[in-house]
Amino acid sequence: MTRQVALWAVLIAALCTVPFMLPSYFLHIAIQVLLWGFIFTAWSMMGRFGLVSLGHGAFMGVGAYTSALLWNLYGLTPWLGIPAGVVLTVLLALVIGYPCFHLRIVGHYFALVTLALSQVVALIVIAARDLTGGSLGMTPRAVGHSVAALQFPERVQFYFIALGLWLIVLAIRHWAGRGMRSAALTAVGEDETAAAALGIDVLREKLRVTVISAAITAVGGSVFVQYLMYVNPETVSGVGISLQIVFASIAGGMYGALGPTVGALLTLSLTEGLRIAFGTSFIGAANTIYGILLILFIVFMPRGLLGVIEDALARRRAGS
Amino acid sequence: MLSIAGLSAEYGSFRALFDVSLEVAAGEAVAVLGPNGAGKTTLMRVISGMLRAAAGELTFDGASLNGLKAPRIVAAGIAHVPENRRLFARLTVEENLRMGAFLPAARPHFAERLAWVFELFPRLKERRGQLAGTMSGGEQQMCAIGRALMSKPRLLLLDEPSAGLAPLVVEQVFDLVRRIRREGFTVLIVEQNVQQALELVDRAYLLEAGHITLSGAARELLQNDVVRRSYMGL
Amino acid sequence: MDMFLFEAMINGVLLGGVLALLALGLNLIFGVIDVVWICYAELVMCGMYAIYWLTAYFGWPFVLSCAVALAAVAALGVVLHLLVIQPVLRSPPINQLLATGGVLFFLQSFATLLFGTDFRNLGIRLPALELGDIFLSVSRLLAFAAAIIGALGLWLFLSRTYIGTAIRAIAQDRDIMGLMGVDERRIYLITSAIGGALAGLGSCLLVLQYDVHPFIGLTFGPILFMICVLGGLGNMLGGVLAAFVMGQIIAIGGYFYSIELADVLAFALFIGLIFLRPQGIFSR
Repeated sequence: MTRQVALWAVLIAALCTVPFMLPSYFLHIAIQVLLWGFIFTAWSMMGRFGLVSLGHGAFMGVGAYTSALLWNLYGLTPWLGIPAGVVLTVLLALVIGYPCFHLRIVGHYFALVTLALSQVVALIVIAARDLTGGSLGMTPRAVGHSVAALQFPERVQFYFIALGLWLIVLAIRHWAGRGMRSAALTAVGEDETAAAALGIDVLREKLRVTVISAAITAVGGSVFVQYLMYVNPETVSGVGISLQIVFASIAGGMYGALGPTVGALLTLSLTEGLRIAFGTSFIGAANTIYGILLILFIVFMPRGLLGVIEDALARRRAGS
Repeated sequence: MLSIAGLSAEYGSFRALFDVSLEVAAGEAVAVLGPNGAGKTTLMRVISGMLRAAAGELTFDGASLNGLKAPRIVAAGIAHVPENRRLFARLTVEENLRMGAFLPAARPHFAERLAWVFELFPRLKERRGQLAGTMSGGEQQMCAIGRALMSKPRLLLLDEPSAGLAPLVVEQVFDLVRRIRREGFTVLIVEQNVQQALELVDRAYLLEAGHITLSGAARELLQNDVVRRSYMGL
Repeated sequence: MDMFLFEAMINGVLLGGVLALLALGLNLIFGVIDVVWICYAELVMCGMYAIYWLTAYFGWPFVLSCAVALAAVAALGVVLHLLVIQPVLRSPPINQLLATGGVLFFLQSFATLLFGTDFRNLGIRLPALELGDIFLSVSRLLAFAAAIIGALGLWLFLSRTYIGTAIRAIAQDRDIMGLMGVDERRIYLITSAIGGALAGLGSCLLVLQYDVHPFIGLTFGPILFMICVLGGLGNMLGGVLAAFVMGQIIAIGGYFYSIELADVLAFALFIGLIFLRPQGIFSR
């Protein structure tokens, strides 16, 4: 047990030195890996129990646009705007989750409902173009370096914010994964009727994990807006981003703690690599390859990268 | 007609059949009897191609059935009436029978065979437009047998036709099997209902925990002490 | 009654017809193969591009382009099954969903690569029919008629032919199909081809009314999913009924508010309807 703690301490210490060692561009990548890892891990908290949401883009979008709009329209500091976004997202998650879980909408049905949800959020954003700038996106009003406005033109602060959030979500995941609650959810994931017969409040457990997952994702969305100083419906809502979230979490391996973060590393390297390779020529080439890789991953490596590595290690251990 | 030698079958690491051998001659009615879990259904599934044998020889009219998939075995002339009927519940009786005649060789004869099956089972004719799932257990069994007959098989495999049926209905079903035999069909029947099965068939095998432990003429087995004590409660 | 509202309702029915056709395709695939083709709308998009390309680029007659596109999308359905679905048939549903999700992504991006993000229009203008105070677009009427014919054709095929009966049977009991002499894999391929063909037919119908662009699938895909969930996944009749209901909601919503908000309204009502009946309004 202490060995694990020590390893984590070393890891965290190493991560803290990163901003002082990496050039700006790579720091930018590192921040995104941490933030996306943050969001993907949140998704996997639902995914690992069989609650496959194809609509996390909706939660990201609601969080992002809420805090950004509150800042632009009312000057409300993101420190309050982000929680406001979380509240809205939680409400949305409850509104969608309650009927779905109460009425046993699971599996394919749940996935399709959430898919439709993410598209609807994107549509609302586009329709309210006077407020949100529609498909063209919007930028939060820039005020330079400001803690109150959560804007830091230099990247270092955001790095530590991202690192902090990432560690928090891992802690939440770890804490949520111990004890009766997690066992309950695993049982629910396996066989709902049996779980219910054992007295597990299926509805409450599912709602709880959905709400937590949604809330965290919303925070992720908001922080992204603050960092990138730009948001548009494509990048934070809609089908595309929702699928990317799921793909990355799975590609990394959603059953392990660090799997989703590995997924973030993977997808980001992929996107950046493709962008560098193709640049602005052949628009769509990068995503085309991305799509093909998604399919190949699902077919050949469904347990994700971490899963493959785990299997290989297990085989080696069994062999010796 | 059907010859099985040294058959072994398994589900993953669980061995269900050990070195099973049996014969069915043309025109015969043969039963494979035994308790729950003995492997009777497994045996049926191997013969009809739903399950691949781990070892052993399956020969039908001199031709090997080893490794053939189910559609090929049906085409060869073996029809399997599965355990629990397995009708298509939301198709009508007639549509179920139509599925029985799916084989390209059977389709041209659909009309005449349908008439023949309706003649064998007048009750089915009455209910031809009814959804199969809404019929009684006995009627469903008739439909399932009728469906298998639509391909005019040379060998009919019946998997526990009496399962889940009231005793009176079981009698009716067995009478039907007698009738089918009179039409010249060869029947291999698997049953838990030992007494009635032995009164129906010519020969029988006893399958216990995957092994053939006894075989002989039905009349003799009816008098056999082990059989009487263990399976007929006498 | 307000004539414009009446016109909107009629358009809703016409829209419902095309949506019903697509819902039939999606439900057929799910009912038989137990997989949801999330990329179904993108298949329609491919068909639309094919028609556009053949007609506007090569100057082929419209009807010929449609026929070729229909066949092409049917073939695409078969390829989809062989390359993507078959490998994940035994995998958990999430993998299957993601696999088709990957295809969605791929098709959208590939279309962007080939054709760019511009909106393309066939440029074929059909007149509008004037019935009293109402104007009805002939292309919409044609689309509706074709959809009905397509649906009827499907129904006849499923109920009268051996393969059709086998397709209905396999949805009820997969295991014993071999005992009927049916080759499971062949049935899946045929079903995929039919599903693709229905999408292809849908593209013929939609290309006259809408501009094609790589992301057009997103405009009716989610609606299609809502329809199938409402009608009960795999329930062909339920999907058809739900399609007409949705068509009305969208048309009337679009009349009172705007087209974009109509979709949002449809979704809100969809959630409301889910409250009423969990397994879909029209489930068995």
